[in-house]
Amino acid sequence: MLAAFILKRLLWAIPFLFAVSIVAFALIQAPPGDYLTTFAATLAASGDVVDSERLDALRTRYGLDQPFLVQYWKWISGVLQGDFGISFEWQQPVSGLIWERMGLSVCLAVSTLLFTWALAFPIGIYSAVRKYSIGDYIVSTLGFIGLATPNFLLALVLMYIGVVHFGTDVGGLFSDRYQAAPWSWGKFVDLLTHIWVPVVILGTSATASLIRIMRANLLDELNKPYVTTARAKGLSEFRLLVKYPVRLALNPFISTIGWAFPQLISGAVITAFVLSLPTAGPLLLQALLAQDMYLAGAFILLLCCLTVVGMLVSDILLALVDPRVRYR
Amino acid sequence: MTGRPTTGEPVLEVRNLVTEFPLRTGPFRAVDGVSFELHAGRTLCVVGESGSGKSVTARSILQIVDQPGRLVEGEILLHRHRTAKGAGADDTVDLARLNPRSSAIRAIRGRDVAMIFQEPMSSLSPVHTIGDQIGESIRLHGATSRRDARRRTIDLLRQVEIPDPESAIDRYTFEYSGGMRQRAMIAMALACNPSILIADEPTTALDVTTQAEILDLIRRLQQSHGMAVMFITHDMGVVAEIADEIVVMRHGKLVERGDVFAIFERPEHAYTRMLIDAVKALDRPSRRRLAMRAAKPPGAAVLDIDGLEKVFHLSSGWFGRKRSTLKAVSDLDLRLRAGENLGVVGESGSGKTTLGRCILRVLEPSGGTIRYETRSGEAVDLTALDRAALTRIRREIRMVFQDPFASLNPRMTVQQVIGEPLLVAGLLSGRDLARRVGELLEMVGLPAASMERYPHAFSGGQRQRIGIARAIALDPKVIVADEPTSALDVSIRTQVLDLLLDLQERLDLSFVFISHDIGVIRYFCDRIAVMYKGGIVETGETETVCAAPDHAYTRSLLSAVPHPDPRVRGEKKRHRYVEQA
Repeated sequence: MLAAFILKRLLWAIPFLFAVSIVAFALIQAPPGDYLTTFAATLAASGDVVDSERLDALRTRYGLDQPFLVQYWKWISGVLQGDFGISFEWQQPVSGLIWERMGLSVCLAVSTLLFTWALAFPIGIYSAVRKYSIGDYIVSTLGFIGLATPNFLLALVLMYIGVVHFGTDVGGLFSDRYQAAPWSWGKFVDLLTHIWVPVVILGTSATASLIRIMRANLLDELNKPYVTTARAKGLSEFRLLVKYPVRLALNPFISTIGWAFPQLISGAVITAFVLSLPTAGPLLLQALLAQDMYLAGAFILLLCCLTVVGMLVSDILLALVDPRVRYR
Repeated sequence: MTGRPTTGEPVLEVRNLVTEFPLRTGPFRAVDGVSFELHAGRTLCVVGESGSGKSVTARSILQIVDQPGRLVEGEILLHRHRTAKGAGADDTVDLARLNPRSSAIRAIRGRDVAMIFQEPMSSLSPVHTIGDQIGESIRLHGATSRRDARRRTIDLLRQVEIPDPESAIDRYTFEYSGGMRQRAMIAMALACNPSILIADEPTTALDVTTQAEILDLIRRLQQSHGMAVMFITHDMGVVAEIADEIVVMRHGKLVERGDVFAIFERPEHAYTRMLIDAVKALDRPSRRRLAMRAAKPPGAAVLDIDGLEKVFHLSSGWFGRKRSTLKAVSDLDLRLRAGENLGVVGESGSGKTTLGRCILRVLEPSGGTIRYETRSGEAVDLTALDRAALTRIRREIRMVFQDPFASLNPRMTVQQVIGEPLLVAGLLSGRDLARRVGELLEMVGLPAASMERYPHAFSGGQRQRIGIARAIALDPKVIVADEPTSALDVSIRTQVLDLLLDLQERLDLSFVFISHDIGVIRYFCDRIAVMYKGGIVETGETETVCAAPDHAYTRSLLSAVPHPDPRVRGEKKRHRYVEQA
């Protein structure tokens, strides 16, 4: 049953991704001009003059003068063989650029997710069970403040505090001396000392909203008859709470795991810029601005894959966790 | 009668119990000074209408009253030494003194006193297996291994007659039918051999045939385990069937208490008399109706259903290929005459609601014809009408729904609710509309001034009157009433039925009356159609069918209906209908 479901979903993903790749490629090409126009403009701005012959030569070399479908075909056939092309701007293979950035993005996103859950679930449960208590009011107030504060503002404030009061450098994910260094224990520790700042910044609003959702979900479940049944059996309040209502209140969260996947790339771009984090978001934005089409195309394709895979993962998890799902 | 001799000593004594809910206006006493006793091997029925505090009383015993309710006074004495669990020495616990969160009361919940609830679907967790939920009770009160608990669970499922318990144990709640869920619930309650079983309306959500089986099961288990049973119900028929003693409650107070025969034959309190009379009234045809038919016999057919069929496609397979279908209604013929009340009776899932909805084309019939004679006298086939024609017909055929709480929009005033069909039909607006709504309200016995209020301000019976006013707003010819009285208390049921008869006389209506309650049908309907698995097995004059049913299924259905007379208990031979292959 489940295997057939997964297979069916995977098969559906193939034509979907194909369609998405065409749309993505078309979107990247949609603005007037191409990478070389942008390149020439940049050079002109700094006083250099580029002769049009050289530009034409480059255009022929990169295949930019060919029709859309030919360009698309070149790109997609390369992608199918695992070759994402060369970034014009960086003059490096796209795959190398992406994977380094993606690794850090995943690292940051997972830490943020764990931070959020570790904080939000217990607080949400507490504020549902002790509804309208002083603790609930305090938590709710803090939650609303967290929800209302823009991430980048929080980032600026934390940076200010970090620099002025602690004298530490809070931008980026590494200290200067580890910036280009190969991976080592020292670099890992250095990462840990830096990563908490973006984690707190990115996690604050997510935590706040998660607390609200958890509270609302759980409040719906707490008065359900099956809770009374469990209580009548003689279960202790804590075991009862964890086994029945909390378990059911978690279901809506599982469907949100799917959304977390594409967030790896496109999430938190502004914060990443403010903190100058070497994650995927800023690179994507830059690639789009520069019309660096192979880099941008690879990112967008990856984004779609992550969306499809993320949704599949959360659907599978939901089917595993909630026995009612499979049969509907 | 039981395995162990019944002593005169009670196992549980409730004395002067008071449970309050703090409200903004001050504390509300849901239970107000109630006292009763439970004896081993005997059944105490607590009877009362909705809001009488019977459920809260039951929950107070285990201290599981919903927040913010709490016990304020009284004693709940559990004499454990008089039960099989007692050590022999005097061991009396006052449950009212225990903290609701203490381990002392938790040790009693489920082990000495177990409880089963009304809604077997929502009272069991949807995401845990039945075996998990029953096994939990077993392991909670006795240090048993997982394997032993599983063996005991299978044994319990077998005791409550669940087929194939070895595989049923690993199924989920939604894979069980309503009756099986209630059986599983009973198995869960029996897990630790409790000495007291509290059953809170355990059969209310079930069909009569299933109800009869569950009542049988509870009675049998009570005899083999020697349990004291406290059975909460609003159904006097069920009470007559199972009670040894009766407690009648109203507005949180105990109205009357006594032996089952004494209460049924010599009720002292006017309220008890009213309850019993209301049930007995429903056991025979309404005199009013008989008089109306004598004065004006039913005319020609207004609705003629021929070969009606409705198929639901349950799931679509790969790429939309149809895989499984359900025939909710198949090859159904039915005729409704002008000025007649036609009762459609059947168990849940028999297709009676689908039939009602097909007549109004809320659901599209898959086949067959429904010939209808319009007010202007032309005959049309309802299944073949286009949208515009259908809109016209829907002014003449109206519907009254079962749930008076869910079928009224809580954000609309009564005037908006009742006036909506008039407004949609473009007949009236503004002041004229208000005047007409006022008239309609008075016609259904509500003050015209109440049109400004919202549905939540009305009781269940009043809301059903509002629903009826909405149905008659466009001066219809036919009303399809889908279980219009099943959500109402008995004392209000007859009032609503009398109101419908009254309107029938004044407005020249014909009714298709869908119900699972034979008593109500007998009171209200001239003819009866018995539905079983999407088809009609028998039609005929109500009294003829009730007195001498032709079809084996009708006989089985009638034999399951509890009779509100404790003297005839067990005289009727109940038999289960088994379809011939």
